[in-house]
Amino acid sequence: MSRNRILHLPVGPRAVGQAKLELVELLLGLDDAATCAQRALEFLARFAGVEQGVVIAADVDPELLIPIAAVGVSSLLAGEFSLSLDDKAHPLVRALSGRSPTYFKRGVTQPHTPLDGTSFHAFPLRSEALRDDAGVGLLLATAPGLNVDPDAQWVAEVLGEKLTRLRARELLATSRFGRERAWLYGIINAVTDPILLTNTEGKLLIANARAEKLFTATDDASEGRWRAVGLNNMLFSAALSASTIGQHASGRHEILLVDPIEGTDLLFELLSSPVGDSGAEACVASILRNVTDLGRAHAEIEENYRRLRAAEAEVRAERHRIELVMDSVADPIVVTNPAGDVVLLNEPAEKLFTVREDASNEAQRRVRANDAHFSSFVSNLLFSGSALRHRGEVGLMEPESGEAMPVEAIAGKVLSETGELTWVVTILHDRREAIENERLYEKLKLASEDLENRVQSATAELAQQNELLRRQAIELEQASAMKSQFLANVSHELRTPLNAILGYTSMLIQGVPGDATAAQKKSLSRIDSNGRHLLTVINEILDITRIEAGKMPLHVTAFRVSELINEVMSELEPIVARSRLRVSTEVSPRIPVLRTDRQKVKQIVLNLLSNALKFTHEGAVKVSATHNPRRKEISIAVSDTGIGIAPENHDKVFEDFRQVDNSPTRAYGGTGLGLSICKRLAAMLDGRITLDSELGHGSVFSLQLPSSRRR
Amino acid sequence: MDKKGKSAPLVLVVDDFDDAREMYTEYLEFAGYRVESARNGVEALDRAFAQQPDVILMDLSLPVMDGWEATKRLKADLRTQKIPIVALTGHALAGHAEGAKQAGCDAFVTKPCLPEALVGEIKRILTPGKRESKAKAR
Repeated sequence: MSRNRILHLPVGPRAVGQAKLELVELLLGLDDAATCAQRALEFLARFAGVEQGVVIAADVDPELLIPIAAVGVSSLLAGEFSLSLDDKAHPLVRALSGRSPTYFKRGVTQPHTPLDGTSFHAFPLRSEALRDDAGVGLLLATAPGLNVDPDAQWVAEVLGEKLTRLRARELLATSRFGRERAWLYGIINAVTDPILLTNTEGKLLIANARAEKLFTATDDASEGRWRAVGLNNMLFSAALSASTIGQHASGRHEILLVDPIEGTDLLFELLSSPVGDSGAEACVASILRNVTDLGRAHAEIEENYRRLRAAEAEVRAERHRIELVMDSVADPIVVTNPAGDVVLLNEPAEKLFTVREDASNEAQRRVRANDAHFSSFVSNLLFSGSALRHRGEVGLMEPESGEAMPVEAIAGKVLSETGELTWVVTILHDRREAIENERLYEKLKLASEDLENRVQSATAELAQQNELLRRQAIELEQASAMKSQFLANVSHELRTPLNAILGYTSMLIQGVPGDATAAQKKSLSRIDSNGRHLLTVINEILDITRIEAGKMPLHVTAFRVSELINEVMSELEPIVARSRLRVSTEVSPRIPVLRTDRQKVKQIVLNLLSNALKFTHEGAVKVSATHNPRRKEISIAVSDTGIGIAPENHDKVFEDFRQVDNSPTRAYGGTGLGLSICKRLAAMLDGRITLDSELGHGSVFSLQLPSSRRR
Repeated sequence: MDKKGKSAPLVLVVDDFDDAREMYTEYLEFAGYRVESARNGVEALDRAFAQQPDVILMDLSLPVMDGWEATKRLKADLRTQKIPIVALTGHALAGHAEGAKQAGCDAFVTKPCLPEALVGEIKRILTPGKRESKAKAR
């Protein structure tokens, strides 16, 4: 580094004092920081023996330390120096904030400074009033030693004051202008209408953002946009010149422009007025008010109005429909507002709560009474708190007739979407019919109960009679049992002596005690036969008794019908022999073995054949047996050529103790029990006895039996 | 008829009705049987134990001890167990025959029963192998 050698001349203290005064006056008249610094350095070089000096200013933007004046240093070298204020570790940056001068010893200072190769002091430059702030710059002045040169100190203070003041003024100037300008732009840009400042030819000087969109385009914009912008400029110039030519004080014109982005037409109202002096640079400020939206808004308002009208009509129609619906309901419906005032009535409700003005006093009074009753009912709901419904009975009257009309009223709250009570709807239901029905129902119930009571008493009576009958049946059964027992006893009592009679007679006839004479034997035979007849009678009575008492046991066995018939024939052989009748049998060979009570079948056949022989005087008696395989039945028929029985007597012959001739002088003996017993026995064997006979033409008695009786 | 005295079968006739008892006794003796008689069940037991008859003719309706009871006891006693008993009754109701059978009677005869029919029944009972069947006289 080369150095400008400054010639040191000896100067007296008076001259120094004079020079200081002159420097202060000089600085006062200067407005430029660099010049001030240069003058101050020259003073130091001249009066304080400073060989090299540099003033570094702390610039604000960017934050750099830059030399603004130098003495004894190549200005080129000084000009190369710059230091960022961000480099806080740098001794020069630190010196800026120091309270006192910082001493940089030659060779010790490693960092790069404008005064390399010499020892120097770095004086912070600041105003005394702003002692705590960082300095606005540094005064670097070579120093022979650590001691601070008081003249250098003084210059640093004077220069500090001056540079601080200059810096403040500079800052103030730049900031105020910038702010106001920014505000103005802000205001203009905030206006939603395009605002332009042009010269009178329409050349654009200033435009806000809106106006820029319409009238400017960047280089990279589309061709369409360029064309739109060009067109807009042309149109605007034309409109502007027209307005100036028209000499309107505040010209109002409509101007149609193109939206460069959308390509749609935009209708503006142009307001332009001249700005500034009427001198050389006359400008025109123009405001374009977009009336496209206004037109649209107008149309929208009209549309909304139309909709409103339509909605109103719809509401009216809806209300009309609701009224029709309400009127069609037979029950009165009343709509009230939260204050309890009636808002809507359907037709049936009108009849209860309104009257014509010319109605009678009574009718008007009744309507008022109805109204009062109704209001008190609705107030129940209104004051009931959260309940949404209220049900109750209200005693109304028909206004015209005065007839009492009890109604069931159901009131419900209608709430808005926000839950506020909007209306109360009350439906009244005429209870008269229901009450009448209840009355009729009560009557019906009484009648029904009466009927039920009667049925119950009748049932009880019936039960009583049934009980009576049951007892009678038991008594009858007991009586019947007693009768059977009695007959059994009688039978026993009769048999015991008869046993002796028959036994001794038989012994006499056999000649056990000694032989009897022929006449005696004939008499003994008479006793014997009468005794046997008496025994038959007793046995038959006993049979009837046993059958009726259900004490006739069945003994089912298998046997052949032919054998049974032969047995019967042989038992009756003596009678047959005496009768001189032609008696024959005819048994079909195909008859199967019979399974039933043999003894009872024999008794029946014996009885039928005995009867045939008894009631037939001449001719023939025939016993025949046939088989009906289809019905699984066998039939044993006894036919005779006897006196016959008239058809009207056919049933009688089967009755107890019955002969056709029941007179005391009847011609034929017998108890009249034989056929009755046969009929009963046949029934026991699941069979039956039929009779085919006519008076004087003989009889056919037939026994039909199932070939196999189930047990 | 067979009249060989002691070798003839001994018939015990039990009946409270004198006429009947004596009639059957007379006819049985006439028919060649030896006959003992008793008037009631107790007598019948005494005679049966003492005499060991070949057959007993037992009327069922008896005083003191009836025929069913007497039959039961005779049939329960080893001494008289094997003696056949012919029941004799004037009651023709079914219950009598059943009761007699249950009491142990070997045959059942209904009154009135002619003497010759009774002898026929006794003969049948005393014939070996024929005891089970019964006659029903009327």
